[in-house]
Amino acid sequence: MLKTLIFGFLLGLVGTVAAAYYLPVVDQYRESSVISVAPNGGNTESFRINIPTDRIMVGAPRQAEPVPPGLHWPADELFDGVRVELFKVRNTRDAVIGVASRLVADSDGIEDSVEWVLHLPARGTFYVAMPAQAADGVNRVGTLRAGTREFRPMQGKVTERWVPNTFDDDADAPDGYIELVTSFVGAFADDVTESALQEGTS
Amino acid sequence: MIKYVAGLLLGILLGACAAVTLLYFNPLAARNPLSPLSVSNNEILSLGYSAVPTDSIVYTNNGESRVEPHPEKVRELWEAPIRHSAVLVTVVNNSRNMPAGIGIKFSSDSERTRLLNGEALVDSAWHIHLVERGSLFVEQTENYWNFLRKIVVPAYWSSANHWKGVWTGNMTVGPGALGTAAVSGGTGEFAGLESEAVEALRASAYSVSQGPVAMEGRLAIDVTGNIELTASDAAER
Repeated sequence: MLKTLIFGFLLGLVGTVAAAYYLPVVDQYRESSVISVAPNGGNTESFRINIPTDRIMVGAPRQAEPVPPGLHWPADELFDGVRVELFKVRNTRDAVIGVASRLVADSDGIEDSVEWVLHLPARGTFYVAMPAQAADGVNRVGTLRAGTREFRPMQGKVTERWVPNTFDDDADAPDGYIELVTSFVGAFADDVTESALQEGTS
Repeated sequence: MIKYVAGLLLGILLGACAAVTLLYFNPLAARNPLSPLSVSNNEILSLGYSAVPTDSIVYTNNGESRVEPHPEKVRELWEAPIRHSAVLVTVVNNSRNMPAGIGIKFSSDSERTRLLNGEALVDSAWHIHLVERGSLFVEQTENYWNFLRKIVVPAYWSSANHWKGVWTGNMTVGPGALGTAAVSGGTGEFAGLESEAVEALRASAYSVSQGPVAMEGRLAIDVTGNIELTASDAAER
């Protein structure tokens, strides 16, 4: 009986430690990425934000109807030139895959800008800064400034544009969507190519 | 036969309890190392914020957590790919506790969490805009193991379902080799900045039903050699 108890004790001890080691505590749900290869190298991916359904927050001074209801934007004049929006982000299959912030800064001291941070929990986060003015009146093009995990070794551009809904007359249909198209390439692609060439010639 | 099965089951139960106790009191996992930035001679930009969701502009999560979204009618992150995530939008204050800008913090439970190693990891990213100065992006991995051990579990053990005291801890454990966050400047005077940061929490009250009741966060960001100090920063020093 005592031997059985000791065996059970050791089994419980080892089993619990093994479970703590091997069983994942967190398992992020993954949607398959919808990525295409650009003709000149690199990857292109498109993200969408339906307006107004994917909008979580609009932070701006003196809003008549704040989003969400009950939001209190700081009354300090300091924040008059700042507008912050939060969104859910979808892939081209219309599945929510992350959250994003869009920050517009309008100030006298520094150049006006539009900034995006896209946080995709299963993949990583990236940060993009864009000029306040759209390059051709429609598309605003920004540069990838930083990325984490999957996006860490990347460099490239992100294009933002507003696409109005001109097809769906349904009352519940969105007004349109913000489209973000990324065009990223590995920052160390040249190094990899050189090392591959060296290996090939040696 | 039955007594052997009962003995085996009792043994397994005792063994499992012993393993959990060992994990919980593991002294090797109780480290709370000194921030490398606190012993640095570099110029440090210090930004504080309230880590209590009801003090924030917006806080949202999957809506099933004990920490409720704020304001009440904010959209919740219930979809499967984002249900382990939270977003905090808050005013960040300078070291004199005056408003300096807006901070947006994205947090997601990390798949690299290993309770055996005393790691309850969260991958987080700050998008910070300091008015009239510029913007920053801070990427970090945080470890909430000590926070859970010292505050959350004692709150559950308390008959009042409440914890009170003083606890301060550095949350940042990476991605920097010395347990620092990676900082990238975006616009304004921070453009081109590549630096390090450490985030710390100071908690004094926690409720099982509400989550943090009195808790402050502070980001220490190394800005040496990358930006010129403003007059107010220089005066603070």
